[in-house]
Amino acid sequence: MTDILGLSAAQAAAAIEKGDLGAEELFVFYRERARADADANGGGLNCFTWVAEGISDTPLESGPGWSDGDGTAGAGPLAGVPLGVKDLFCTKGVPSQSGSRILEGYRPPYTASAVTALTGAGATLVGKTNQDEFAMGSSTENSAYGPTLNPWDRGRVPGGSSGGSAAAVAAGLAPWALGTDTGGSIRQPAALCGIVGLKPTYGSVSRFGMIAFASSLDQAGPLTRDVTDAALMLRHMVGRDHCDATSLQFPHEIELPSAERLDGIRLGIPEELTGEGIEGGVLDAFKASLARAQELGAQVQNVRLPHAPHALSAYYILAPAEASSNLARFDGVRYGMRAPDATDLLDMYTRTRHDGFGSEVKRRIMLGAYALSSGYYDAYYGRAQRVRTKIAEDFRAAFAEVDLIVTPTSPTVAFRLGEKTQDPWSMYLNDFCTVPMSLAGIPAISIPCGLSEGLPVGLQIAGPAFSENRLLDAAHALERALGFDGSEARA
Amino acid sequence: MARLARLELSVEEIEPMARELSAVLDHIAKIGELDLAGVPPTSHVVELTGALRADEPRPSLPREVALAQAPAVDQDGFLVPSPQA
Amino acid sequence: MTEYEPVIGLEIHVQLKTMTKMFCGCELSFGEPPNTRTCPVCLGLPGSLPVANSRAVHFGLMIGMALDSELAQRSIFHRKNYFYPDLPKGYQISQYDEPLCSGGRLGEVRIHRVHLEEDAAKLIHVGASGRIHGSDASVVDFNRGGTPLAEIVTEPDLRAPEQASEWLKLLRTTLRQLGVSDVNMEEGSLRCDANISLRPVGTSELGTKTELKNMNSFRFIERGIRAEIARQEAILKAGGKVIAETLHFDPVSGAITTLRSKEEAHDYRYFPEPDLLPVAIDEHMIEAARSALPELPAARAERFQREAGLGVDSAQLLAFKAELGDYFEAALAASVVPTPPPQALANWIAGDLVGRLADGEDPGSSRVEPRALAALVGLVAAKRVSVGAGRQVLDRLVLEGGDPVEIVEHEGLAAMDGADELASIVAAALGANVDAAERVRAGNAKAIGPIVGYVMRETKGRADGGEVARLINEQLGL
Repeated sequence: MTDILGLSAAQAAAAIEKGDLGAEELFVFYRERARADADANGGGLNCFTWVAEGISDTPLESGPGWSDGDGTAGAGPLAGVPLGVKDLFCTKGVPSQSGSRILEGYRPPYTASAVTALTGAGATLVGKTNQDEFAMGSSTENSAYGPTLNPWDRGRVPGGSSGGSAAAVAAGLAPWALGTDTGGSIRQPAALCGIVGLKPTYGSVSRFGMIAFASSLDQAGPLTRDVTDAALMLRHMVGRDHCDATSLQFPHEIELPSAERLDGIRLGIPEELTGEGIEGGVLDAFKASLARAQELGAQVQNVRLPHAPHALSAYYILAPAEASSNLARFDGVRYGMRAPDATDLLDMYTRTRHDGFGSEVKRRIMLGAYALSSGYYDAYYGRAQRVRTKIAEDFRAAFAEVDLIVTPTSPTVAFRLGEKTQDPWSMYLNDFCTVPMSLAGIPAISIPCGLSEGLPVGLQIAGPAFSENRLLDAAHALERALGFDGSEARA
Repeated sequence: MARLARLELSVEEIEPMARELSAVLDHIAKIGELDLAGVPPTSHVVELTGALRADEPRPSLPREVALAQAPAVDQDGFLVPSPQA
Repeated sequence: MTEYEPVIGLEIHVQLKTMTKMFCGCELSFGEPPNTRTCPVCLGLPGSLPVANSRAVHFGLMIGMALDSELAQRSIFHRKNYFYPDLPKGYQISQYDEPLCSGGRLGEVRIHRVHLEEDAAKLIHVGASGRIHGSDASVVDFNRGGTPLAEIVTEPDLRAPEQASEWLKLLRTTLRQLGVSDVNMEEGSLRCDANISLRPVGTSELGTKTELKNMNSFRFIERGIRAEIARQEAILKAGGKVIAETLHFDPVSGAITTLRSKEEAHDYRYFPEPDLLPVAIDEHMIEAARSALPELPAARAERFQREAGLGVDSAQLLAFKAELGDYFEAALAASVVPTPPPQALANWIAGDLVGRLADGEDPGSSRVEPRALAALVGLVAAKRVSVGAGRQVLDRLVLEGGDPVEIVEHEGLAAMDGADELASIVAAALGANVDAAERVRAGNAKAIGPIVGYVMRETKGRADGGEVARLINEQLGL
């Protein structure tokens, strides 16, 4: 009897291909686990906002976007491996709510290109995962559908905004999951849940069908048990989509990693992101990983990212600004919630948005509108754009001296529910190691590198644009050497 | 600001929201300290240009589908309260 | 008493004649049933993204070239944020400080800029009034939403309502010739707003301006501008101040009312559209636009002068009213012996033909085929038919079409063959109008009228008027 739970996505796909495992069997196995969690009525982790009935729920028709759809459910290189998909990906006929009340029950008439790319390659949809509302948050506590819990400690957050996806993979409720990363929303929950999360180079994966948060920063990416699975998923997601003008043709194929050593790899450690503000236990695990890396042949040296300390400020101007505009479409006219008994148009707009949006979303919308408003544009939005240029320059300069940059993914391990909800800035600080890479548009991966007080610590590796293959190889080698075992969370 | 964003804040919400926003603004205002003279802004991190599409028709949605999720429909259109000036 | 002069600028929106919308592949709608030309993009569904239409950019470049504008090397789209039910995303994708074209000129008016943007949807008001105020609900039809628009903004170079309306007609002709738009004001493919201010004559500072919107014919534009100038003048002369606001002109009542105060103007919070990459205008695109340009009015007028020997005024008249120019060229091309002299042909088209058609009617769609008019003018020039008879033939052609040679034969309108025949009719005329003849002999040239009339009646207009007068004078010994 195959230990289904023990199989990674790649292993499951191989088993199905060989005939050792049936696609239906695999689907039902995960569907049951997801269902049980969803039905647990407060007793579960609350990873899912929707669970599939059967394989036929997987949206397949090629929509306006990616043209590799129209396949047979389960056929293709991803041969029937069930996938958890973050709520904000439009999935035709299936609720896509982006964690918000204002889109409760919304069933889009089309499917996101990133999803079609994966289902077209054979993946099946097991469920939509919970998230911070409109991807705004670092703990999944901002979801209108209740917080998701961390499988390592149910009194703690799984991170966010892709907390549902991360917890589902960590708890073995889905073999792998799709998430999005704007300022760290894949990497940080991956770190807090002890799994792998990758944010690709901006533009590598089509954003068509991703309910937008911040357009110049949002990117879809994998949350998986190991680096090989991340590579496998990414391989089938990258590429130019004619429905997304900002998507580009990836210059080469994504390879499945095989490296076991790091000889000749120069790793850069930016002092701005590896000192003050990082929790002691996290720093210890980080340093231990660096030592391992050196044992594998890597050269470790300091680099400077002088504008990194300002990245968070720039991010919290740019992202809310774009969000304030992206969320203007939620007005109750064409879809989603509309406040009943509105007395006039203005009343309809304001009450719909008041009732439909949570407080973090409102906060960011107002922040964003302010940053763009006349008289303030130059001081805020304009400046933040310039800081962005400087940060990209900092990385380019650093990558002239090193191959990859390494930092802790999150300054802390998973914190308690409610611990940071009172002070927005303390919540925003969770992103300070991940945000610089988002602003520069470069790829970054988080792999689990150890435990601190029994909770997972994540190691972030970042590389220049389009360096995913090298990134995945280095992560693979380190992963092997670190030997992190996440199975206890899957019990 | 709330009016610009068509957000209505209830009386209880205004005070804490103002306080929180103020605190956040204090933090982000720190970028005012940087010397950014002569630095061009980045609006697009992707360095390509163009990405125009050929003027070729694609199928539109059937009307029932377009209207399917509408909160209110009348005469084959989306019904809304009328705008006053 | 201070004399004021009006300072007028125009803002024109032109719907471009592409096959699909500005940012999605929905086909443009011409009266289709509501909400049948929509998709996730133009409905503003969550997750949808715009992709710019290359032909719209091409048309934009052609417009810029026709207006002698400077073309941007790199142009970007911006978001213009505001809330309205006809704006599905809560923002319009437009252009702000890096438009496609800057500067330029058409006729007497300098162009400020030309940029691309998407049209809003249509708001249809439920309730009898059909206007915005006073009805309870509206229905939104998104068919039109997303249609590509070129916005053309002029410098405030216009000084009079008629001048504005005439210039707008020139612009319309130019755009129609480019083939980039139907430019039909009634259908909404050409929309014009006017910015109007007054200033004391002789000063150069601009006064406070108001914006006059929603005028959908040339006549209304002229009347609206005139009414607004009068309104502002009254305010200023009474010592008051003009408020910057957006106004609406009601052509039925002639009243001007406030649409919204510009003071409360929306803060549009423009920022670069992150979903669209900058458009790089390369040599390839410029060449494509240039080779797609037809001959433009000014060049055409010059060519008419050069090649057809037309006088300046005729040349411009035919060139600036494209239908007339087209008709003229078709007629020249279809000419057979006796060929019409071009200037005569031009005069017949602009005068006699146009005078017999409805106001603004295109001669090309009348029953008078260019070939027929050319033949007619040729006959008259060769004196085979008199001018008067020729006009009768034209009347026939306008009513029924046909071939002038046949009509002349059929109606017996050929010019008088023999000078003898005419001479004897003249003699008879003189005999029948003795008093008139006496007066003419006495020096009253105008008295010749009845005598000429007699001859014309007798000859059924076939006689040449000049020849008749000459014979009369000859026979009277003058």
